[in-house]
Amino acid sequence: MSWVLASPIIIPFATAVLAFLFRAGPEGRWLSVIGSAGLLVASIILMVDVLDQGVIAAQMGEWAAPFGITLVADLLSAVMVVITGITGLAVAVYALSDIDTKKEALGYHALFQVLLAGVCGAFLTGDLFNLYVWFEVMLISSFGLLILGGRKVQLDGGIKYVTLNLVSTILFLSGVGLLYGMTGTLNMADLHGAVQEVENEGLLVLIAILFMIAFGVKAAVFPLFFWLPASYHTPAIAVSAIFAGLLTKVGVYALIRTFTLIFTTDIAYTHTILLWVAGFTMVTGVLGAAAMNDIRRILSFHIVSQIGYMILGLALFTPLAIVGAVFYLVHHIIVKANLFLVAGVAQRIAGSTDLDRIGGLYRYAPFLGLLFLIPAFSLAGFPPLSGFWAKYVLVKASLDAGAWWIAAVALVVGLLTIYSMTKIWGYAFWKPHPEGVEPRLSRLEGKDRAALLTPIAALAVLTCIIGFFPEPFVQFAERSAAQLLDPSDYVAAVLGATAETEAPTGLALMEVTE
Amino acid sequence: MEILVAIMVGVLVAASVYLMLARNVLRFLFGLILISNAANLIIFASGRLTAEAPPLIPEGADAPLGTVANALPQALVLTAIVIGFGLFAFALTLVYRTYQNLGTLNSDEMRLAEPEEGGK
Repeated sequence: MSWVLASPIIIPFATAVLAFLFRAGPEGRWLSVIGSAGLLVASIILMVDVLDQGVIAAQMGEWAAPFGITLVADLLSAVMVVITGITGLAVAVYALSDIDTKKEALGYHALFQVLLAGVCGAFLTGDLFNLYVWFEVMLISSFGLLILGGRKVQLDGGIKYVTLNLVSTILFLSGVGLLYGMTGTLNMADLHGAVQEVENEGLLVLIAILFMIAFGVKAAVFPLFFWLPASYHTPAIAVSAIFAGLLTKVGVYALIRTFTLIFTTDIAYTHTILLWVAGFTMVTGVLGAAAMNDIRRILSFHIVSQIGYMILGLALFTPLAIVGAVFYLVHHIIVKANLFLVAGVAQRIAGSTDLDRIGGLYRYAPFLGLLFLIPAFSLAGFPPLSGFWAKYVLVKASLDAGAWWIAAVALVVGLLTIYSMTKIWGYAFWKPHPEGVEPRLSRLEGKDRAALLTPIAALAVLTCIIGFFPEPFVQFAERSAAQLLDPSDYVAAVLGATAETEAPTGLALMEVTE
Repeated sequence: MEILVAIMVGVLVAASVYLMLARNVLRFLFGLILISNAANLIIFASGRLTAEAPPLIPEGADAPLGTVANALPQALVLTAIVIGFGLFAFALTLVYRTYQNLGTLNSDEMRLAEPEEGGK
């Protein structure tokens, strides 16, 4: 059983080592594709197991929880790992054509696989300090990917990305330290019980806010998102796509996990802050996007805006709202990664992502137009695509909770999202190319065309499937939300059924030693 | 002793915030190094400080006798120091390369990725 949990971490790490050894030749890139496919298979096996048996947990090195490191997968973790596998494979295939041999020789594929390992580790760990370690694994490989190639603009973006993310890391670490000082444990399931017994509730809320800021930086929420639009448009497209799809969502996942499992002692205070944050994040993100004039920069700001919707789901903290947040998370990763991949193809055949310098894509590459419209309309929330259901559930949840204004904000932001998407459509697809270039897909070599368009088409089909048949996905999100709101299964799986009565929390032990 | 450590953490954080408010990226980085050490001390102190009592188990026993220092925060801090060292080595190299390429350390002048005019 522990192999099922550990393999989504082991496979990418092993692939990374092999890909690094073969970085000079073409073997490296195929190893990366095979490894990502292996990760997808492993994640599906994990998902089947979780659907079958409920929450599964394993103690690494056989040290009993809460002392050892626990790997644990509930439905949310499992679906996040599956989606990591899907985007990982899509981007690995895309990278066959997008990443040049110079970047490969510098170890692109190895870094990419380590990034996937870090992301999967963050989704699967059941220990706060271990979560910190996975964040670091993810962070250091993302640093490498971001500045790989070393163009000036990448170094500029890299400085902002690196410094602000390091600050967030340090806040996270301080939060971990203080929380350990108060409860004597870092196992998340154990913390769920331990925080109920903390006497100094004020300090606990303070620690909760520390975590909120730390994960808020990672998730790029208002007012902590400035590193994202400064850096996400600078690296190679394949890197942008995987960052846009996965990295901020790890922050959102961490917020959802900690603010449903641990910091639920003062919901009226913490989740109200989250609600305001959600509103401002949606609005500032979409307004920022409206002011931009480059496809990748528009899309970067839209990441920020969409994060707001997920935080909204968490902040309302009703069962339906959490369903919306989980659904949105899954839908958004696919759609956003896909949009960046489309932007990459546009750049390849039309010469740029700057809207003033390209055009004519609809006339000469109508297929690309179709592939853009699906994720773009899904992002804006057009029925019957996946984004519509995600937004519908969230707006309904806000109306049910009586939060009229946030429902209004969500709808208006959806409208402004359409504005940005039509802007890209109008400039890049309808307008004739300013330099008279004919951006045909046939300008790409056959091999490149296959590598670039297959993942885009596959992700678009996935978006359509979620959109046309939302029923099983919503049901899944409902089950996942039920698990999040009532973590007793999670706690029992980690600590064992008997542990609840005589739970040897770290605090009790510490008192013995003192 | 916890109070002394707490005051030290406060001083470190104050100094690092002062450094991080500077426009100079190198100063910012030094501030980060200081504040990360403050975070390490927080973890260390939150495990309670026990002087002169190493967590050793005498031969024949399976638990330490009497009061011993809490070993877990020390392990955590060690991990954090190692990770932090790697990150700062990277960040320092990045700052140096940036200085070589852009010819400035002033963050206000680093406007390549986000040109002044806004989106245009």
